[in-house]
Amino acid sequence: MRILRILLEKEFRQIFRDPAILRIIFMMPMIQLLVLPMAADYEIKNVNVAVVDLDHSTYSIQLVNKVKASGYFNLVDYNESFEKSLEYVEHDQADIVLQIPASFEKDLVREDKATLFMALNAINGVKANLGGAYLRSIINDFNREVRLDWVQLPRVNPQPTFQISSINWFNPLMNYKIFMVPGILVVLVTMVGSFLTALNIVKEKEVGTIEQINVTPIHKYQFILGKLIPFWVLGLTTLSIGLTLEWIFYGIVPVGNLSTIYIFAAVYLLGVLGLGLLISTYAQTQQQAMLISFFLIMIFILLGGLYTSIESMPVWAQVFTKFNPVSYFIEVIRMVVLKGSTLYDIRFHLLAAAAFAVVLNSWAIVNYKKRS
Amino acid sequence: MIAVKVDSVKKTFKAEKSVVTALQQINFDVSKGELFGLIGPDGAGKTTLFRILTTLMLADEGTASVDGFDVVRDYKEIRKRVGYMPGRFSLYQDLTVEENLSFFATLFNTSLEENYDLVKAIYQQIEPFKKRRAGALSGGMKQKLALSCALIHRPSVLFLDEPTTGVDAVSRKEFWELLRDLQKHQITIIVSTPYMDEASLCDRVALMQNGKIMEINSPKGITENFKKPLWAVRGENMYQLMQTLQASEVIDSCYPFGQYHHVTFTDAIPDSQVASELAKIAPVTEVKKIPATIEDCFMELMRQ
Repeated sequence: MRILRILLEKEFRQIFRDPAILRIIFMMPMIQLLVLPMAADYEIKNVNVAVVDLDHSTYSIQLVNKVKASGYFNLVDYNESFEKSLEYVEHDQADIVLQIPASFEKDLVREDKATLFMALNAINGVKANLGGAYLRSIINDFNREVRLDWVQLPRVNPQPTFQISSINWFNPLMNYKIFMVPGILVVLVTMVGSFLTALNIVKEKEVGTIEQINVTPIHKYQFILGKLIPFWVLGLTTLSIGLTLEWIFYGIVPVGNLSTIYIFAAVYLLGVLGLGLLISTYAQTQQQAMLISFFLIMIFILLGGLYTSIESMPVWAQVFTKFNPVSYFIEVIRMVVLKGSTLYDIRFHLLAAAAFAVVLNSWAIVNYKKRS
Repeated sequence: MIAVKVDSVKKTFKAEKSVVTALQQINFDVSKGELFGLIGPDGAGKTTLFRILTTLMLADEGTASVDGFDVVRDYKEIRKRVGYMPGRFSLYQDLTVEENLSFFATLFNTSLEENYDLVKAIYQQIEPFKKRRAGALSGGMKQKLALSCALIHRPSVLFLDEPTTGVDAVSRKEFWELLRDLQKHQITIIVSTPYMDEASLCDRVALMQNGKIMEINSPKGITENFKKPLWAVRGENMYQLMQTLQASEVIDSCYPFGQYHHVTFTDAIPDSQVASELAKIAPVTEVKKIPATIEDCFMELMRQ
């Protein structure tokens, strides 16, 4: 016990003496949580549209006004040449070209149908997709209005139609921040937990202090606990700071119980620390540890369901996410924050987190050698 | 009583494609309380040997024991009773002198107070800086702190890997005096150094080169083994003199040593004729007969 205490004492002393680590622990969550959610926005606004109006009729002008009034679109230009509009796309000044043919109004009135042409700049697939969908729904809307203008609908609709109205559960206003911010926090906690641990141990290797420790009679488990406990505490501290920032700046208060998050985080961090430990047993220099960490964090984020939903990934990738501890915590924190899930609801996630902790730590301990 | 026994220890490292032999068939014994020196240039295998003896590395072949314990089987016992000071300063630079000491003391389940008599002589010199971080100490102070940390648990065998490399002349001298003092506490000390002049301060030395021990003897015994008469020679142009002498068939060896060249002859020449013999080969201003140093012996052994 005395040995473990002095190991912890030493570790905390070193942490609090290193201004860089403190900055990472306190500033990183601040910046990531306050700035990133602003940028990591799913909503597509400011889609630039160039309209080619070859008709110049009342209807075509009404349509253009409607597009403009929707608030999602910027009208870049209004002209009569498709080539000219396409040039805007080529210069990346326009995302969509909407062409209204010369006989738009005539066809609409005479033949009850008219065609419109839409060209999308698909370099940014998400923007093209969503922008196109917005525009289509606006045009549909316009179409309905036109029909209402013309025909007196019979009291009983001759054709059965569906009217769909939807309600958004758990996040009524579809506020992406409530969804994103807890996810980003998970990534943060993961980084602090695993990579600081890895770097810390590898630093001891680099400086040579680990040799000095290795020739002492302390046990492997004492050394490992002496490393894990401080970073476990740091991880939970980061989580607390993050949750506080969420509450202050975004007003996000978990619907579920805070203790559910902490219980899961406590188990989850054990696994994450084990990962850090594992990296440190393989890496010889801080540079190597850094690069391995970088590689892993990319996978964790991209295959963790933070930005893209796991359900829409290909099957092999979905299998892959099962081995990504981050994906479990992201799901859990969203479940608890948005839905108010209880410990019982997340029991399988908790089990998975515990499994990660056992496997990664055992692997690391087996691989950690006091001699070469 | 034998404190350290090394029996035909061999260690190789795999480098790209080739295999580097760091130690080949090393044998030696160190008795209890002895100050034993491993003398050899960089790359001789001194650190590898230390790492094997301090249980940080496994030998490929051979056995070794420290304080009667086998380095492989009883490594746990050995870790309790050896002190190791690696060649590179390996203490926590961001902890203070005092914190480093109490940290290592606690790891060995002891305290500074308990073994104060042993480290006193050394610790007193760094005590004024005990609140200073280890990283901010001067080189000599760092060595003293490292030695204190290695001694804090009253080890029976102390391994010092190049403790005086990169330390100024005065600190080096002090350091060796400290080692001499430690011997009084019945601590066996094995010290490695690339400095030949330090060899004479040991009880016995092993001259190492390319993973082999060339000779083990007391410093006196080693220099006495140098059979040929040795001459110190000086001239106006020292570099040219060396080249001329080395080219001559009469001269067996010629090495620069400070202000003189140390010269031996291929065939025995009466002392009285040496000066005239040398004058025939090159212009010399001073010639005198000198006793051989460890370095002369080392050079001689390397040639064989």
